[in-house]
Amino acid sequence: MLGNHAIVEGAIAAGCKFFAGYPITPANEISEGMAQRMPEVGGRFIQMEDELGSIFAVCGASLAGKKAMTATASAGYNYMQEGIEYAVAAEIPIVIVDVMRQRGENFPTQSDVMQARYGAAGDHEMIVLTPSSVQELFDLTVQAFNFAEQFRNPVIVLSEATISLMREGIRIPRQEELKIVNRKKPIDPPGEFMPFRGEEDLVPRMSEFGDEYKVLYTHNPHDEWGRIAWTPKLYEDLYNRITQKIANKADEIALYESLFTDDAEILLIAYGSEARGCLDAVTAARALGIKAGLLKLKNIWPIPAKAMVEAAHHSKKVLVPEMNTGRYYHVVKEVIGGGSEIISLPKNQGRIHSPDEILQEIKRAN
Amino acid sequence: MDHPNLKYIRGKKLPHMFCQGCGCGEILNSLLFAIDELKLDTRRMVAIGGVGCSSRIPAYLDMYAIHGIHGRNLAFATGVRLAKPELKVIVLTGDGDCGAIGGNHLIHAARRNLDVTVIMANNGSYAMTGGQLAPTTATGLYTTTTPRGNIERPFDICKLVETAGGTYVARWTTAQPAALIRAIKQGLTHRGFAFIEVVSQCPTIFGRYALGISDPVENIEYLKENSITKEQAEKLLPEQLVGKIVIGKFVEKHLPTLEDAYLEMEKKVRGA
Repeated sequence: MLGNHAIVEGAIAAGCKFFAGYPITPANEISEGMAQRMPEVGGRFIQMEDELGSIFAVCGASLAGKKAMTATASAGYNYMQEGIEYAVAAEIPIVIVDVMRQRGENFPTQSDVMQARYGAAGDHEMIVLTPSSVQELFDLTVQAFNFAEQFRNPVIVLSEATISLMREGIRIPRQEELKIVNRKKPIDPPGEFMPFRGEEDLVPRMSEFGDEYKVLYTHNPHDEWGRIAWTPKLYEDLYNRITQKIANKADEIALYESLFTDDAEILLIAYGSEARGCLDAVTAARALGIKAGLLKLKNIWPIPAKAMVEAAHHSKKVLVPEMNTGRYYHVVKEVIGGGSEIISLPKNQGRIHSPDEILQEIKRAN
Repeated sequence: MDHPNLKYIRGKKLPHMFCQGCGCGEILNSLLFAIDELKLDTRRMVAIGGVGCSSRIPAYLDMYAIHGIHGRNLAFATGVRLAKPELKVIVLTGDGDCGAIGGNHLIHAARRNLDVTVIMANNGSYAMTGGQLAPTTATGLYTTTTPRGNIERPFDICKLVETAGGTYVARWTTAQPAALIRAIKQGLTHRGFAFIEVVSQCPTIFGRYALGISDPVENIEYLKENSITKEQAEKLLPEQLVGKIVIGKFVEKHLPTLEDAYLEMEKKVRGA
């Protein structure tokens, strides 16, 4: 299956009933697939006039109670920051696929890893998933909807031209095998329901357009009833809750795979397509007697810090190969700190590191 | 005794944030009269505004509402209408929100004949931000960003919507409240893209600085004196129309809506 089609099937399996998009390579197969599939499952598809249109249509559909998604590529993802900012502030669960491409061209890259986290204005946390195979595009798209519904926050599936345009065999689980999360519905009657009061998990329950609750959604400072209000304390409490509901759960959200990390003296930390070459390189290094290991990150935000620290426990050196100028390296350095030497391995040529290139770096570090 | 329309106000609480004498209060009140006279069920309605004075109106309505993103109201509306076509959607917007930053969404929502009612207040400026040039500001007028007079030509947004494919288009001013309520009622019952421009006074900013009139009543009189009907306008030359506000219903026709067309397609797909 084509990577982008795995995203379509993953979304439908997760319960997606609304998709809005605007043409852009290398994400077009997602829109085209959704145009075909949405009416078949009783969902709605629309090609909007631009990416702003797409993301706000998706917000509108989600407020109307539907699981909703849009997909774009780096240049289009720029435009969507406005909608992401609103969805954070109004706590609207939505999924955005960004198939990363190089600026102005469609070459593969991982250069949006920081924009995916920090692009939108205002205080916010983001959940960003980084698939490395067509199977993971399916699995992590399902997961993205689950996280969006659980946390009432936008979730990014950060794909790459490499992965999205690749064809691989995948296994689509039967529907009953999948764990599907739905947003919490109000239990209090109208008049008593406080639409922006966080529960124990700091996430409020969510009503939907057409029911009795008549909620006002705004990104202006608002109290627990949703009334536009401004006091310094209210503002601080609101954004503490909105960020902490995710930041406090970073370890629970963390998705990763560890390979030979128990005794790894040389640790690779990689995400997305870069993790593929690393896997082969670590296996080859072990055959040569080098104690190499791999921590493959399937989410990069919120930072899976605990997993990184644990994996680097015995490591003298940590290598961070990336298909950009070396962005996430800084995060790894901050998290793991001074115990290990952190080495950035950037490659910004529109192609991934080959296993052999990684192996040479492991040997050099050894 | 409470005002009969107070029941449509969120939390039954006033005052609102509009300046004394602002047209937004009249637009809000006209909308409430229209809702009341049509006996609409506010539980089945969603009001959407962007940013600007008029875009704040949805925050006062006792119904589901979206507020706060400049120009994107019709994008939100598209998502809501397709997701739940059984809900009635009203967009409350201004000339900057809808004619400038949201212009692309406006023309495409009109082209698609999205079944929504758009009420656009036109006060000829960006009042909330202090009175900058708007796409509707008349040539020659002084604003904070045209300190030597506006060198651009103003936008006739009704004509834009008509050309883009809107199926109900009308313009009134706050000086014709009865006609305005009638137009809003027609818009709310129209099936398709209904667009109502309301030329509205801004005594605090536009009236005071651009027109030199700060008294609210004089501002309304200015609108009244400069309003001419569509029929009268047809007999005048373009140069005689400068500074005039052409009022009336410009378009009312019936074409399939986006939502109806989609549901019909969906039915065929699912039935097969």
